[in-house]
Amino acid sequence: MTAPIPGQAPDSSSVAALSLRGLAKRFGGKIAVDGISLDVPAGSFFGIVGPNGAGKTTTLSMATGLLRPDFGTAVVHGVDVWRHPLEAKRLMGILPDGVRLFDRLTGEQLITYAGLLRGMDKAVVAARVGELLAAMDLSQDAGTLVVDYSAGMTKKIALASALIHAPRLLVLDEPFEAVDPVSAANIRSILDRYVDSGGTVIVSSHVMDLVQRMCDHVAVVAKGRLLAAGTVDEVRGGASLEDRFVQLVGGHTHTEGLEWLRTF
Amino acid sequence: MVAHLLRLKLTLLRNGLRRSPWQLVGMAIAGLYALGMVATLIIALLLLRTAGPVTAHTAVVLGGSAAVLGWAVVPVVASATDMTLDPARFITFAIPMKQMLAGLALGGLIGIPGLATALVALATVATWSRGVVPALAALAGACLGVMTCIVLAKVVTTATASLAASRRFKDISAIAFLVPMVLLGPIVAGVGRGISASTGFLPGFARTLSWTPLGAPWSLGGDVASGRPGQAALKLLVSVAVLAALAWCWKLLLERALVTPPYAGAAKRRGGRLGLFGVLPATPAGAVMARSLTYWLRDPRYSGSLVVIPLLPVVLAFQGTQTGNYGSLAVLAPMSGFILAWSISADVSYDNTAFALHLATGVRGVADRLGRALACLTFALPVVLVFSVGYAAFTGSWTGLPGQPGTQPGDPLHRPGPVLGGVGPVHRHCPAAGGQPVQEAAGQRWADPGRTVRWNAGPDGPGPSGGRAGGGPGGHGQRPVRLAQPGCGNHPGPGPFPGRRPAGRQVARCPRARTPGTGYRQPLTAPEREPHGSRDPRRQQADRKTCGRRH
Repeated sequence: MTAPIPGQAPDSSSVAALSLRGLAKRFGGKIAVDGISLDVPAGSFFGIVGPNGAGKTTTLSMATGLLRPDFGTAVVHGVDVWRHPLEAKRLMGILPDGVRLFDRLTGEQLITYAGLLRGMDKAVVAARVGELLAAMDLSQDAGTLVVDYSAGMTKKIALASALIHAPRLLVLDEPFEAVDPVSAANIRSILDRYVDSGGTVIVSSHVMDLVQRMCDHVAVVAKGRLLAAGTVDEVRGGASLEDRFVQLVGGHTHTEGLEWLRTF
Repeated sequence: MVAHLLRLKLTLLRNGLRRSPWQLVGMAIAGLYALGMVATLIIALLLLRTAGPVTAHTAVVLGGSAAVLGWAVVPVVASATDMTLDPARFITFAIPMKQMLAGLALGGLIGIPGLATALVALATVATWSRGVVPALAALAGACLGVMTCIVLAKVVTTATASLAASRRFKDISAIAFLVPMVLLGPIVAGVGRGISASTGFLPGFARTLSWTPLGAPWSLGGDVASGRPGQAALKLLVSVAVLAALAWCWKLLLERALVTPPYAGAAKRRGGRLGLFGVLPATPAGAVMARSLTYWLRDPRYSGSLVVIPLLPVVLAFQGTQTGNYGSLAVLAPMSGFILAWSISADVSYDNTAFALHLATGVRGVADRLGRALACLTFALPVVLVFSVGYAAFTGSWTGLPGQPGTQPGDPLHRPGPVLGGVGPVHRHCPAAGGQPVQEAAGQRWADPGRTVRWNAGPDGPGPSGGRAGGGPGGHGQRPVRLAQPGCGNHPGPGPFPGRRPAGRQVARCPRARTPGTGYRQPLTAPEREPHGSRDPRRQQADRKTCGRRH
């Protein structure tokens, strides 16, 4: 069941922020996730990379309590996600990819809603909403309905909703998709400071370059299995992460044919 | 090229039907309905052949003018025009403008409204087959009239494209469209009475109309048959000139629209106004209530049922004036209570995958349901009270008052319990956010079944592991992702469909789920409706898979 884990992260001295054991999920005849075991060290900036349909989103959904696994366990800071979901969800901030938002609320209302749903105090929510909007550069659009936001603004407001309760672990699925470079830099500096002060961030991404620059740990997932995990330097072993990734995942086809494309 | 465009339209139509047998059924029902209408009109036109020329002329011109007007107005208000041949999709292909216009215009004929209009228009030839020349004139008139209808519709939709793409316009038009639909009975009866009361005035009105672009083409046959060839020639000129002008306008508008895509910008608005979130208690239940109430006011899918409520007494009172018996007003209070309370049974389906926020925050199920029920009661309670007291005052019999809100099945005080209990098992199809409360059934406009979040209040009682939620938000990749339940699986009341929840951890099935009436949804054409537009193809693929397996 358990996939081989080359380059298992060695520095698991403290308790892991997220610990997956034999996580598996099947949809009909298709095995989406085939026994993934993984430890995300506390205080790390952890990247999960993989091709389309690799099982990244499914794995993260199972790890965060959005999708019940068929097998395996997910433990956040020592709390089993599926045995004690309320406690586990208090520790986590989640940015799922491709789900809708309550987009008939204004940006300000949406973040407030996320805070109040978590039972937070009104005054605390109000203070944090203002700061989050400023940090995301959305103060000017705070009163606009989210449905009228651009894709990047929508991403940022969803991220702000995931941060409002000061979680210890942030799980972000494709956080930089459609976000402009300036906002992406802002978000990255927010995340960097968050990690410096002891928080843990897990991001999934297609963009190898970004992961190599931003993350200190990385896991490579393909076809529902874990191919490699460890610090970024361990995994890439001297090569660029992109080259190593293509080598691990395989499937790079030399583009033969299409000669006519050069004839104009 | 024109043939290409027509073939494309047919292929799209066929592929749309191939997606599910239910689309075929829906198309067949719509087709039968149209066929009935068309057959009635054709028979009427055939019968008019033997009628006096004035009567026939009046009927054909008035009917034709109404058709032209309908083609101009309905596409804008319904904003559910057939966008399968949306010119914007041809931007990247180098198609000569003339051929594109011809192809799109002829393509507009394919489809139920186009075919129906064309058939009925051709039947006017039979009305005027009182000689070769009148018949030929009627044929020319029919062709011109139908083309005017189609090109006019294109001009109007192209001109209002950027307006129609704005969310605010869509929201408002969706609700505005509901009003005449609900009042259809009184309107039809009123118009009918008006016509029968003013038969003397109609021929003159038709004569006037026949000089306008609306009626000119429809008047040709009649004028020739009545021996007014000079007038017919002038009206032919009017019709051709109008058609040419419309086509020219369409070309200009299209040329402009193709390089300036609809911009649905909203004015920037700073925050500081929390709305209901600042008023209601800052608890999870209060927040859910504030959110639900905001949606009742802002989301046309909800506010649609709010708009219907004040129209109900109008419809029922109208029925009373017709029959002289106002007994049906007695159902007013219970009926409005039922409509309002029942509408929250689709609450979680309306949430769609946004419900993930409730899961991620781990809000308790009690707070979730309580907030939704209280939001509904905020409207339902005063409405039922006002209607009950109003009815008692109207009849003067106050003895029935306590029974009005208390004993009826739609009582909102009792209803939210069972309905919310039913929220779980009854996962159903509904328009997606940005969709309309009522949508037409043409071709591609069917719901992606997988978009509906399925939510099963678990059979094994309360507790975080209670419910296993099924789900079809295909956004999570190429498969349905099951959204798990927030920390609860309890029912506030006995669900109306207790037997439908299978033992174990199955997703409840509901036959209602495929009812066409709830399944229509607008295609996601405008980018602002779908923030994750890039994922759409995958999602739709996933939805198809889901659909095939589940149903």
